[in-house]
Amino acid sequence: MIKLFEIAGKPFVIMIEEFGRIMLLLLEAISWMMRPPFRFRIVFKQMEFVGVHSLTVVIITGAFTGMVLALQTYYGFRMFGGESLVGATVALSMTRELGPVITALMVTGRAGSAMAAEIGTMRVTEQIDALYTMSVNPIQFLIMPRIIAGILMLPVLTILSDFIGCVGGYFVGVKLLKINSGIFMARIVELVELEDIFNGLIKAACFGLILTLVGCYKGFFTSGGAEGVGRATTQSVVFSSVAILISDYFLTAVMF
Amino acid sequence: MIELIKVCKSFNQQKVLDNLDLMIAPEKITVIIGQSGGGKSVLLKHIIALTRPDSGEIFVDGIDITKLNDKLLNETRKKFGMLFQEAALFDSMNVGDNVAFPLREHTKLSKKKIEEIVQTKLLQVGLTDVTRKMPAELSGGMRKRVGLARALALDPKIILFDEPTTGLDPIMCDAIDNLIISTQRHTNATCVVISHDIESTFKIAHQVAMLYNGKIIEIGTPDEIKQSNNPIVKQFVGGKAILSER
Repeated sequence: MIKLFEIAGKPFVIMIEEFGRIMLLLLEAISWMMRPPFRFRIVFKQMEFVGVHSLTVVIITGAFTGMVLALQTYYGFRMFGGESLVGATVALSMTRELGPVITALMVTGRAGSAMAAEIGTMRVTEQIDALYTMSVNPIQFLIMPRIIAGILMLPVLTILSDFIGCVGGYFVGVKLLKINSGIFMARIVELVELEDIFNGLIKAACFGLILTLVGCYKGFFTSGGAEGVGRATTQSVVFSSVAILISDYFLTAVMF
Repeated sequence: MIELIKVCKSFNQQKVLDNLDLMIAPEKITVIIGQSGGGKSVLLKHIIALTRPDSGEIFVDGIDITKLNDKLLNETRKKFGMLFQEAALFDSMNVGDNVAFPLREHTKLSKKKIEEIVQTKLLQVGLTDVTRKMPAELSGGMRKRVGLARALALDPKIILFDEPTTGLDPIMCDAIDNLIISTQRHTNATCVVISHDIESTFKIAHQVAMLYNGKIIEIGTPDEIKQSNNPIVKQFVGGKAILSER
């Protein structure tokens, strides 16, 4: 019986251990954030990598998310004559939920995985050891700038995704499904509050922290050569995506 | 002066270093020989505190580095330069930036002065016109030279070489050996080389130490090692398989 509990409980123990290690890495990164040298150039470079290089994918996914949302809600709302609410529904869904989540998932796939692969490769080729030997702390040099970039850039990408999603929704609702433009916009202004947008951006910043922290953690503790790098990259995407969706529930429960 | 006293290290219950004692002569080339997988690289990583021992003391210039905090350890590491087995050049930076990296991190020298030092260090290792090349564009030998130039950038008192000739052709091996000798003469640094290449060891070493079963079983000049009566040393130097594997 005890053996059965041991076997069943092992994944949870591993999960808790891993969570603990991630938190320790975060604490260490925060402690290094306060200490000089402050490498602003690397932070800006990472902001470019996370933010600017993710623009295309965020714009495309944001636009089509808004478009499909408009299409689906139109068919549903039409049954009880609520077509006028399509715009507000799209805007609320984008700002509160889909904007931050879809953006975070896209950036996880693009930048989070790349961080795990890059830092993992640096680990297995001894580049991280080389940093230590040159008296440069790799957590301060590699991880801290990425975390800052993630926290700062995810809200920026999310607000863009929110806007593009609403534009996509407007295009489908007004131009294709012939909803009155004035009503479409009026409902958005009436029902969407600044707090919805703001809370969505807080969520985005939290997701930015999660995806960069998990990507860096998986990369930093990579072992086992090229295979290990591949494994770390895959795990970082899966782990980040799951963590984003779980934390999304709790953040929503607390904020809205 | 580097001294290791009763250093123990185990990984997953396997003892890699077992009460190891070693004194490394200052301003000389000490080569640590031993079987592949015998813990030579682990030993080297202990000297620069990349790995902490389970027990024992490691003194560098009279300071026990096993008891230092991160800040003091970083200061101590500035005395070191290390050439890694695969050079460990930063993939995202070109050769010039790789060599300039420690200078940009730890000095307030002007951009022009740093460029001058980079050129000097690259010339010292026999490289010209490679500053703008990326590490991926270099051959194995060139990568090691760049790695050495980077290790020399801050004029360290101690230079560590982790199997510098592994994976190179015999001509390049000889060139790297000559480079180690000339670098030591030029800088008067304490050099610690990890190797399992006997020919290369006897060419470059002032002092040879043999690591076996986690202990230094023989230490002496190359001639003393050649004439050693220890059967394990004899077998290793003679290039014969050691029968009593761990």
